[in-house]
Amino acid sequence: MPDAADPATPLRRTALYDRHVALGARMVPFAGWEMPVQYDGVIAEHHAVRGTAGIFDVSHMGEIGAGGPQALEFLQRVLSNDVAKLAIGAAQYSVICREDGGVLDDCFTYRLGPQNYLTVTNAANHERDLAWFLAHRGELAVEITDRAADYAMLAVQGPLAREIVQAIAGAPLPERMHVAESVLDGIATLVCGTGYTGEDGVELLLAPADAPAVWDAVIARGAVPVGLAARDTLRTEVCYHLYGNDLSPERGPIEAGLGWCCKEDTGFIGAEAVRSARANPAEEVLVPFKLTEAGVARPGDRVVGGGEVTSGTFSPSLAIGVGLAYVPRARSALGSEFEIDVRGKMRHAVVAERPLYKRS
Amino acid sequence: MADASYPPELLYHPEHDWARIDGDLATFGITWHAQDALGDVVYFDAPAVGAQVTQNEPYTEVESVKAVSDVYAPLSGEVIEVNQRLAEKPELINEDPYGEGWMVKIRLADAAQASGLMDRDAYVATLGE
Repeated sequence: MPDAADPATPLRRTALYDRHVALGARMVPFAGWEMPVQYDGVIAEHHAVRGTAGIFDVSHMGEIGAGGPQALEFLQRVLSNDVAKLAIGAAQYSVICREDGGVLDDCFTYRLGPQNYLTVTNAANHERDLAWFLAHRGELAVEITDRAADYAMLAVQGPLAREIVQAIAGAPLPERMHVAESVLDGIATLVCGTGYTGEDGVELLLAPADAPAVWDAVIARGAVPVGLAARDTLRTEVCYHLYGNDLSPERGPIEAGLGWCCKEDTGFIGAEAVRSARANPAEEVLVPFKLTEAGVARPGDRVVGGGEVTSGTFSPSLAIGVGLAYVPRARSALGSEFEIDVRGKMRHAVVAERPLYKRS
Repeated sequence: MADASYPPELLYHPEHDWARIDGDLATFGITWHAQDALGDVVYFDAPAVGAQVTQNEPYTEVESVKAVSDVYAPLSGEVIEVNQRLAEKPELINEDPYGEGWMVKIRLADAAQASGLMDRDAYVATLGE
């Protein structure tokens, strides 16, 4: 996982830092923040999310507001998806591309009002995304605001997550892929029907000063604190991309399997490169894999014959090593077998279905 | 095992391995510090019975969800038994690193090598815990 870029800069702490320390979390540097990597243990936390409910502090993520008469035109420029399809109170996934189609970030955008949008950025890319947005505003009538300091963010995920959060909400929670202003235990919160685990649940955006109270209320109702290690095993099992691993400026969205969120006809920055990549595919494509023997392939491990692992971990739910790898197109079909050089030992792998883990 | 523990009757190696000596036989494993740093262990690659292990050299690997670590031999000798339970329950290394989480039993090549190991207090002092 990436560390603080500049060792001389002190790590930032979220509003929940004291809670994590009090819970005995192991804290690690992540994207310039001091974050909990685990509390009880990655496997226990992973199973808690799949079985009941877990709560994550994801306050390190950034937020950018886009508002005004031409907010839509602006977002159509910088986001790959068709933002005209984003209804008020809905959520949409996109990538942000460079002119050459390289991916700068993946993000969710929420439409809070007729001309009011909020984009949630990855922590490591927030400053770059903000600069990119500002640099591409042109003459459009849109105000771009850095909202990162205004929000802490908590994710509550698992089969019981909605029930737990609903118990402290005044009104019904928004459905999946929708967003609504709510009041949780008297605290104004933007509730989003989104998540990064493959389980049902919500993500909560609220004032940093209010976050500890909501954290406490959700834990009191049975959600287990979950760290970044389990966040990685959970998202890898459902093949969600991690920027910096599966996505980077060196590769485009098509080879990453994200063509579905790219609508070239909206004319976004990079659209022509993406259109061209659809017609003339890159040599490699991202595939999910399972190991067929003991061992764990990890990011950076070489695929024998061409390609590399970009996400790799042990899957607690499947009890086998799993991950995502870029492999040559000719070897990317479901069931294709390949070998991964894991610290000098060849481990046998097979291209598997997305998602790797399905609820039974 | 939730709380740090370092049994006084064991001998310790700076690479966070312990040895329990019984005549010319010894049992090896990794310390509480090592399993805590690794996190949840998922694989233990057992060496073969009959393999030779050499003091201060790695004789196998232990893998957790997030990392892999060499396991060092505190003493030299021949592997006479490996802990078969670890194949199905590698988490025993986390839960009971000095008991059920034992890794190998060896026949010592040279019992005098034990004088080069640390006692509990000396090892704990290296941890700065």
